[in-house]
Amino acid sequence: MTINRGRVRWQCRRALLELDLVFTRFLERHFDRLTDDQLADLDDLLRCDDYDIWAWVNGSKACENDRWKEMIGLLRQG
Amino acid sequence: MNVAKRTFDAVIVGAGGAGLRAALQLSEAGLKTAVLTKVFPTRSHTVAAQGGVAASLGNSTEDNWHWHMYDTVKGSDWLGDQDAIEFMCKKANEVVIELEHYGMPFDRTDNGKIYQRPFGGHSMNYGQAPVMRSCAAADRTGHAMLHALYQRNVRANTQFFVEWMALDLIRDADGDVLGVTAMEMETGEVSIFHAKATIFATGGAGRIYYSSTNAFINTGDGVGMAARAGIPLEDMEFWQFHPTGVAGAGVLITEGVRGEGGILRNAQGERFMERYAPNLKDLASRDVVSRAMTTEINEGRGCGPDKDHVLLDITHLAPDTIMKRLPGIREIAIQFAGVDPIKAPIPVVPTCHYQMGGIPTNYKGQVVVPKDGNPNSPVAGFYAAGECACASVHGANRLGTNSLLDLLVFGKSAGETVVEDFQSGQLKLKPLPADAADVSLARLARLDGQTNGESVFDVGLEMRRTMQKHAGVFRFDNLLKEGVQKIGEVAERAKRTQIADKSKVWNVARMEALELDNLIEVARATMVSAEARKESRGAHVRDDAPDTAENPNGRDDANWLKHTLWYSEGNRLDYKPVNLKPLSDDVEPIALAKRTY
Repeated sequence: MTINRGRVRWQCRRALLELDLVFTRFLERHFDRLTDDQLADLDDLLRCDDYDIWAWVNGSKACENDRWKEMIGLLRQG
Repeated sequence: MNVAKRTFDAVIVGAGGAGLRAALQLSEAGLKTAVLTKVFPTRSHTVAAQGGVAASLGNSTEDNWHWHMYDTVKGSDWLGDQDAIEFMCKKANEVVIELEHYGMPFDRTDNGKIYQRPFGGHSMNYGQAPVMRSCAAADRTGHAMLHALYQRNVRANTQFFVEWMALDLIRDADGDVLGVTAMEMETGEVSIFHAKATIFATGGAGRIYYSSTNAFINTGDGVGMAARAGIPLEDMEFWQFHPTGVAGAGVLITEGVRGEGGILRNAQGERFMERYAPNLKDLASRDVVSRAMTTEINEGRGCGPDKDHVLLDITHLAPDTIMKRLPGIREIAIQFAGVDPIKAPIPVVPTCHYQMGGIPTNYKGQVVVPKDGNPNSPVAGFYAAGECACASVHGANRLGTNSLLDLLVFGKSAGETVVEDFQSGQLKLKPLPADAADVSLARLARLDGQTNGESVFDVGLEMRRTMQKHAGVFRFDNLLKEGVQKIGEVAERAKRTQIADKSKVWNVARMEALELDNLIEVARATMVSAEARKESRGAHVRDDAPDTAENPNGRDDANWLKHTLWYSEGNRLDYKPVNLKPLSDDVEPIALAKRTY
């Protein structure tokens, strides 16, 4: 099943401003270059809780799911 | 164009705390209820509320609703309606205990009761001493609340339309509300949601400001829709600001940073708070600090190439202290200001946080407008709750932890009113006018057909900059007057927005253009209402309304103890009285007094 990039882009709108800002940077710099597999990982990550994603991105908590680590890395580096 | 029609007993727009609480009331009473939301419910901005929810449970210190009511009226700088405030404070215990029963994981005392903590502005015995009134679930109160309410709604079979954007309110020739038009983002198709009752719970519009703590979804969709449909907006000049948001980003830097010894500096490196508050300096109250920062920037002592911010300096603190006591802040500064606060100061500006005004309602959640000499005549079929609504319990300034309480109490109250009106047969499914979807279809056709138009981003940026400069935390007559002119020009540009991508499916650019239509209504309302109000009250502070014996804190009760009503059509203002009379005889009116802490 192909993932609609517009849908994933919209779902990068989050409940917390911190994440909106992180995702804005990510959308500008990385989003268009994501492979289908990476897009699937991102789609999966976006189902997580906002406070968890923020904790992984700001490094206060380690992400234990290997599948999400690459995306977290891209979100962190900006 | 053929527009699909769906029929419900009630349609609710917005699935944050207020929308979910209202939906629960309806679904549990057996009403066929649709909730439209542009993002998944648990990603609503209610999640960001950390402080807690106020209720005079008296678990940790003695407390009662009379004291809570007094604090709220005083906090509102007497602009709050005392009937609605009495209602909210009386209902607080009930709605918090209900949440507890829904499984909300509140912090507990040793004997198993809900633990309560103190919070600014909340007191015992009418301002005598701090009281412990805030019920919290760690620092995730809003998050826990939203999850508890969502689960409960799933159980009650509330029907969610997720990733649907409501476009316009549908009113008939009598002015009654018959539902909304909405767009399904997955298909781009427009549908009519025809209902006996329509409840708006769409949250605030903090994104009208350049510097805002609000998430990007806070675009005031319900407020904009109501304004376009001829509903006046109440008290839109009142916005709560926080002094230290990261410049250009808005993310909050907690007061704790100044508590640990952080110092605010201007472009000359001067610790300017020494001039404004010689004793408390950087630890003066929020409004004093915000005003001082704004004055420094306005007088040309701001920092950076645009001289548009000041600096929060903690470089003199030991790196150990920063790492140990302020780790989250260091991460925020690195992420959003690009500076390590151990080595360089953090650029900060006063930042918009909360919208006190909104769609005028009464304590029952009914939307009310002036009609036939009654300033508060209910609009049949239309209800609102939460930050998008103005009940008015926050008046000119909101107390912390009263926002989560507001959305619970008035979400539930709006729901109860709808259920009562439904069960008494008072709510009818009135026939849809033939042109019910025309306004929305015309807006979409205009957007798709626009040539030589304006960029949504550019117009949005101009709006945010104009609001920040001309209607910020500290207000000046000349800037406001220029602001009215400028925001009018921006609004004209907003009528000509153009998008490059016309695709129907998941078109984010189209969504952002539609959101701007809503934001611009709020921006106009704010600027025009603020320019007109020639006093200082609560969060609306004017340079030309100083503190005098006659007008303490610049507040002019003789002329301005009244609610503003702004109409989009004609950019027109009207006013209505503040209700200084409580709802019942259980309490005396809280008499006007100077607001001092």
